[in-house]
Amino acid sequence: MAATSPDLAAPRSPYARKKVTRTNYELYSWMFMRASGVVLIVLIFAHLWVNLVAGEGVNAINFGFVAGKWASPFWQVWDLLMLWLAMFHGTNGVRTIINDYAERDGTRLVLKLFLYLAFTVVVVLGTLVIFTFDPCPTDAPADLLASFCTA
Amino acid sequence: MTATLENDTATEPKAGEIPSFEVTLRVRRHLPESAHGEDSFWDEFTVLAHGTDRVLDALHKIKWEHDGSLTFRRSCAHGVCGSDAMRINGRNRLACKTLLKDVNPDKPITVEPIKGLPVIKDLVVDMEPFFASYREIMPFLITSGNEPSKERLQSAEQRERFDDTTKCILCAACTSSCPVFWTDGQYFGPAAIVNAHRFIFDSRDEGGSQRLEILNDKEGVWRCRTTFNCTEACPRGIEVTKAIAEVKRAMITRAF
Repeated sequence: MAATSPDLAAPRSPYARKKVTRTNYELYSWMFMRASGVVLIVLIFAHLWVNLVAGEGVNAINFGFVAGKWASPFWQVWDLLMLWLAMFHGTNGVRTIINDYAERDGTRLVLKLFLYLAFTVVVVLGTLVIFTFDPCPTDAPADLLASFCTA
Repeated sequence: MTATLENDTATEPKAGEIPSFEVTLRVRRHLPESAHGEDSFWDEFTVLAHGTDRVLDALHKIKWEHDGSLTFRRSCAHGVCGSDAMRINGRNRLACKTLLKDVNPDKPITVEPIKGLPVIKDLVVDMEPFFASYREIMPFLITSGNEPSKERLQSAEQRERFDDTTKCILCAACTSSCPVFWTDGQYFGPAAIVNAHRFIFDSRDEGGSQRLEILNDKEGVWRCRTTFNCTEACPRGIEVTKAIAEVKRAMITRAF
């Protein structure tokens, strides 16, 4: 009788790292966190100072105030930079937290999909608002509008 | 003044005598072949210990006089072989370098296996994932060309550059204290990076860029969150987090 040797499981599967990645992705992400952090400190604190302290302070904030700021390309670029850097910085931070705390790959995938979805929605909407914002809507009461609205 | 035999001091403690005390050890047991199955449980032992005893002496006393089934690794018992790293009172230490009097023997002392590695029995863990990471960074001298007919010379300053990381005894106290390693065990871990550092900064070695390439992995140095758990756990006093930061810096200067 021809005996076939039974399929024996290996005594133990040798330990292996799941996937080898040899790109500079994590290096750049690490560098970006430090660089964007420094830039964000300047952007955010200047933003807070201009909005809440300078001039009449926090009482000045209304539709007209924001419209006045976004009529100038300088504040458009400033706010766009702040939005993008903060979103990339924050998303990347949450990504590392998910990597650190999610124990199963499935959990990791779902959480990251949610994260990237939220990132996309906020960045697209925010960018759209900054560039398509109409400071002088035609049928709005005049006392709410910025001073340069003549219509 | 010479000592005299007439003085009966048997009842009085002699000057410089080592105090003896009772100490309770709460040991995390894992005995898959017993009725407990795969569940770990706490076991308490009270033994008579002396002021100069280490945690390892107390464990020996338990194994030799109370419960022979208690299992732990130890080899040299003098802090060199790196076999008996365990979690004592919640901190990774070598049982052979931790004096009982230094971990408050008035309260029960907890002894657990190091975290993040699969427990085989009691305090013995499977070190294979740890050594697999160590092997991955190629912990050996890499050179090119013909072998020189004499020693590979190095100045004292060049030797000093990586002196700190030559002290590693591969006890896994650092890697198993790292919260990033606990998550899924995919991170290379501080010990592998320390041993890569030992060769990357060695003037005689030529495999530096290969090792940096390996540690540039998603699970390499960039997963370090600088919590300094490894530096605190290292029984050899290696500045582990600093070594990891130096490897990071070497990678950045290489990339730009």
